[in-house]
Amino acid sequence: MKPFTRFESRLVPLAIDNVDTDQIIPARFLKTISKDGLGSQLFCDWRYDAEGRPKPDFILNQPRAKGAEILLAGDNFGCGSSREHAPWALTQFGFRAVISTSFADIFRQNSLKNSLLPVVVPREVHAELFALPVEATVSIDLESETLVLPDGRKVAFAIDPFAKHCLLNGIDELGYIRQQEDAIAAFEARCGSAVNTLG
Amino acid sequence: MPSTIIDKVWGAHVVSEQPGAPALLYIDMHLVHEVTSPQAFDGLRARGLVVRRPEHTFATADHSVPTTDRTLPIVDPIAARQVAQLEANCREFGIPCHSMASQLQGIVHIIGPELGLTQPGMTLVCGDSHTATHGAFGALAFGIGTSEVEQVLATQCLLQKKSKSYRVEVTGQLHPSVTAKDIILALIVKIGTGGGTGCIFEFCGPAIRALSMEERMTICNMSIEAGARAGMIAPDDTTYEYMYGRQFAPQGEEWDRALSRWRRLPSDEGAVYDKQVSIDAAELEPMVTFGTSPGMGIPISGLVPDPAGIADPGERESVAKALRYMDLEPGKPLAGHAIDVVFIGSCTNGRISDLRAAASVLKGRHVAPGLRVLVVPGSHDAKRQAEAEGLDVIFLAAGAEWREPGCSMCLAMNGDQLEPGQYGVATSNRNFEGRQGKGGRTILASPLTAAASAVTGVVTDPRRLA
Repeated sequence: MKPFTRFESRLVPLAIDNVDTDQIIPARFLKTISKDGLGSQLFCDWRYDAEGRPKPDFILNQPRAKGAEILLAGDNFGCGSSREHAPWALTQFGFRAVISTSFADIFRQNSLKNSLLPVVVPREVHAELFALPVEATVSIDLESETLVLPDGRKVAFAIDPFAKHCLLNGIDELGYIRQQEDAIAAFEARCGSAVNTLG
Repeated sequence: MPSTIIDKVWGAHVVSEQPGAPALLYIDMHLVHEVTSPQAFDGLRARGLVVRRPEHTFATADHSVPTTDRTLPIVDPIAARQVAQLEANCREFGIPCHSMASQLQGIVHIIGPELGLTQPGMTLVCGDSHTATHGAFGALAFGIGTSEVEQVLATQCLLQKKSKSYRVEVTGQLHPSVTAKDIILALIVKIGTGGGTGCIFEFCGPAIRALSMEERMTICNMSIEAGARAGMIAPDDTTYEYMYGRQFAPQGEEWDRALSRWRRLPSDEGAVYDKQVSIDAAELEPMVTFGTSPGMGIPISGLVPDPAGIADPGERESVAKALRYMDLEPGKPLAGHAIDVVFIGSCTNGRISDLRAAASVLKGRHVAPGLRVLVVPGSHDAKRQAEAEGLDVIFLAAGAEWREPGCSMCLAMNGDQLEPGQYGVATSNRNFEGRQGKGGRTILASPLTAAASAVTGVVTDPRRLA
């Protein structure tokens, strides 16, 4: 896992509340057995017409989205299914952070495991970000948990401390859990479970 | 200090708590399916790891599988490869797998409880957000992503922060033709699709106690549609009667020991919750959704709301956008609106009791001309039982399709789907844009409402046909 660093980017505004994971990546693309190739399918049904041509009025097809690394989304972003294909598609498109007023639980956890930062900001800041000019950039500093606005003002956001530690140091959670093998084995010895599917 | 069932199950599964990290939580049962697992198995191979407790893991194929003749191969080569990959992965890692050819195959959240794999007091996960279903037994059950699937396969553990507790009390008594589905749809409308974010629900109260296990599963299943990762119901005699004698349930003396453990699970008198809400079941009507989020629902006698009357600008725009997608007029009733398809099935409402409910309406009646009606049992067990009771004959005589078990048109991964612009009344859980097929328009409802609508060809109050 590559350590997460401070970065600066234009915003890609998507002013829609309750964007669900079926919009982020429709279920028909979940038949893949790989993590790759999902970036071109991100927001597929909003992004392409029936013939598969990019719709010019959809934000991801506009010049401002090119090279941008921050998606500015509406409330309750990522609700719905547990598909990790959603953060995979977002990161493969090039996003490194999503800014919103709230995120669905499973999406937030999946994002943090894929170096996609879910940044929660207060409602006033959220509205202010949507009002910024196209070329405006903001920067995100995970270390200090701050979002820096174009006029230099700093807005604090909170990230789960453990997830932050893992992101900043490139620590992989599975590796961390495996270091606790002794505790896991002791737990199993203490609390056997009655369930045995091979029985 | 009095504790909730959430505290009790959580506390019994904490392996360790390190400073600066979430708790390490032990997982008793891990259900696996073909869609969210292949990349996790790849991860194990890349690290040279094995599955720690294959006997606490159980796999089936449900999302991608066709619901047509099972003796034929899967036509879609990408779906065929995914199902074959699940089978190969399970063989390689020693996990019991009930794929296409097995008589135990079915929707993962239907077969877990039917087989007795789901038990009170356990922690249970699956790479699927509707894992909340299993909470109906007093299990702490929640959906996880593929990275977490890999973690559980390798270590049987997850790093978790404890969620807040949210008490959902359902008082009163349901009127005839008003169901568990209507309770949960009404809750989602009341608190919103993000209302339970960061929380675990505990459903309680006399209206919950009066429900069968299958109805309780319908309620817990849609916890995630209100944003809660899990929903629990304390076990009681209804739970134990349902479980007794099931294939993987404890037997003999083990059953007695388990029962004495389970009886200590219900929340203590005076236990404190972070949030709470109350719903009066007697005030509920059959519910239908008009929009593209499960929170956009109305009682069937109600009117499609006018966005102009909504104060919050974000919500106003969401509803306006949804009505454009659904092509519905504000201020008009949804009842009476013409439909093209009815889908009866899914992990929400694909159990035997749901099939019985639908059949009770369709018996001696015929589906409306030109309407397509799919009845998809959630498992082979539900299918066999339905056929033993002659329900298949009722469905076929009424002009409905009687299909093989799977997720089917709930998420339209397997070719069962709405065409662009079609309206479908569905007993499933999500009415998101394109969820049941690109351009398809979903109206969520109970099996009774779906069956009544199948008969008339328009959205119909089941009380009219009762």
